[in-house]
Amino acid sequence: MKVPIQITISLKEGILDPEARAIQHALTDLGFPTEKLSNARLFFITVEAPTEEAALSQARQMCERLLANPVIHRYAAEVAR
Amino acid sequence: MRFAIIQFGGSNCDLDTHHALQDVCGVDTDLVWYKEGLGRTYDAIIIPGGFSYGDYLRAGAIAARTPIMEEVLAHVWAGRLLLGICNGAQIGAESRLVPGTFTINSYPKFICRWSCIRVENADTPFTSSYREGQVIRIPIAHKEGRYIASPFTLKELNTYHRIAFRFCNREGISTPEVNFNGSMEHITGVLNKQNTVLLMMPHPERASEKVFGSDDGRGIFESMIAHVEKG
Repeated sequence: MKVPIQITISLKEGILDPEARAIQHALTDLGFPTEKLSNARLFFITVEAPTEEAALSQARQMCERLLANPVIHRYAAEVAR
Repeated sequence: MRFAIIQFGGSNCDLDTHHALQDVCGVDTDLVWYKEGLGRTYDAIIIPGGFSYGDYLRAGAIAARTPIMEEVLAHVWAGRLLLGICNGAQIGAESRLVPGTFTINSYPKFICRWSCIRVENADTPFTSSYREGQVIRIPIAHKEGRYIASPFTLKELNTYHRIAFRFCNREGISTPEVNFNGSMEHITGVLNKQNTVLLMMPHPERASEKVFGSDDGRGIFESMIAHVEKG
């Protein structure tokens, strides 16, 4: 079966994100003060797998081996509905 | 004795590094296109600076997963030297040759300027021509050079003297003002456990002749040559 998957890569809690900080400052300047701002990167991937669980397992391996850097990132993979 | 410099698409310090090694230091050095493979054994490999794969995904991430890196890992496992400079350091960290990673500078812009770094460990194949505590002047040029590691890793690096260089001022004192990329503990050069891999953000090839304004970086290449000569 073809399984569409959405992978979200974001920085781990506590890792300084200078880009997010700059964006937060710019929003404040525009009159939108924010309590918290972080961003994430989304990947939309379709894989061929016997089950959804097998597809998710492939996606997690993709994160471990390339898409995320475990030193600074966390990731989540889910079947896209 | 023969050194190799690996060229990826987007490497742009390959020829400068070749000049420093071949013409300035007099060591036979091959330029190796990453798709060609190593083809022979080398005494030392240098992964040069640049923007391999346009820094897509993360600086160094894609180059680190190319087949030639398996040959580079085999070279390291055999106990031979690997120096990663700037993008080469990012590629090396993405290949997990040392723990931690180099990520976007705390001020998230490309920085190109002179920096002073302090030699923290002069008892390595890359730093033996310096003395411990010596301050050397070498330029930096990067956007993703902020070294990050877990507290556990930092402790281990300190305990086993695996920090090669820290940013400092001309007097050799590390302060936030001279830690241009915001690296943890001012670190900008990290060694592997065996001291056979050095990953560093500053560019020694750009400070290898007096005409550049500093030849402080040449000592890294000379140390490597002396290590290989010693056998």
